[in-house]
Amino acid sequence: MIAGRIAAVALMIAGAAAGATAAEPLPSGTSYLSEGLRTQQLDEAANPGMLWVGEGARLWELPQGPAGRSCTSCHGAAADAMRGVATRYPAVDAPSGDLLNLEGRINRCRTRHQEAEAFAYESDELLGLTAFVARQSLGMPVRVETGGAAAPHYDAGRAFFHRRQGQLNLSCAHCHVDNAGRPLRGDTISHGLANGYPAYRLEWQALGSLHRRLRSCSFGVRAVQHGYGSPQYLALELYLAARAEGVPVETPAIRR
Amino acid sequence: MTLVAARVSLPSEARRGEVVEIKALIRHPMETGYRVDARGQRIPRHIIRRFEVAYDGEPVFAMDLTQGVAANPFVAFTTVATASGELVFTWEDDRGEVVTVTKTLTVTG
Repeated sequence: MIAGRIAAVALMIAGAAAGATAAEPLPSGTSYLSEGLRTQQLDEAANPGMLWVGEGARLWELPQGPAGRSCTSCHGAAADAMRGVATRYPAVDAPSGDLLNLEGRINRCRTRHQEAEAFAYESDELLGLTAFVARQSLGMPVRVETGGAAAPHYDAGRAFFHRRQGQLNLSCAHCHVDNAGRPLRGDTISHGLANGYPAYRLEWQALGSLHRRLRSCSFGVRAVQHGYGSPQYLALELYLAARAEGVPVETPAIRR
Repeated sequence: MTLVAARVSLPSEARRGEVVEIKALIRHPMETGYRVDARGQRIPRHIIRRFEVAYDGEPVFAMDLTQGVAANPFVAFTTVATASGELVFTWEDDRGEVVTVTKTLTVTG
């Protein structure tokens, strides 16, 4: 009897963790693109997101704030210093205890170390720098910390993902788990992974952040649209990154 | 869209007579002029009108762009490597703004 109960508990734990630690990584959104778009994404000369990455590379070297410090002043060359960094984000910032995504980390760096003003979320500058930093992890598998200080954020993100919301009364999971890979009108439903963000979305004809994408999702199910960099979307971003464990970083991806 | 950026990619070296592929990407809103903003005001047209490429002073590619072309136009074309020289890429939009990128192609053999 007791053994049976323990087995049942073990099964529940296994079930709860299955989404985050599946042995086989989920397919990236890139697998639902047409052949032509996939080729364009892989070709640095053709991928329009690289225009923003180029801008980010320029900003990386540009002195900012009263101290005139650039990113290079502290970090050195991005190719070494930022390699693999994007695979670990969002992560908890130890001094403040805040959950930060790459955008948040860059802005925290600006205010804390460069004594410069934070970039506006969704500005070309922040998108460019974020995409440039993420690009240094190209092809490396996503692996975020979900335990310790990140655990409450992970739980909040997981709850958000599975909670019904909006006038259509749908949770994220209803589309991105139950119906992933199946057609929805003219498109294919992805697994809702963020490994390609900031991504160049054809609908936007521009590079956009994950939170812009999430706002579109919220709008789509007629739910409350949370703000850029809001705690709700940050927690969700952490959960999506946990779901994307083992999936390679593709920033800047092309998405429809 | 205050930042102007263009990316041109071509091999730095080619053999004489070889066909080289050239790819050009530029940041531009390509605003059609048909859309209205949130207050119902018409957003003025802002598109690239002309894209030209000169190789060693000679035109090798030219294109008229219209409002049907998407934002951040990407153009790929091929040309024959004849002699070492400069390729000058020029985009001009309907506000008279001109972006020029120059690349050097070295021809061997």
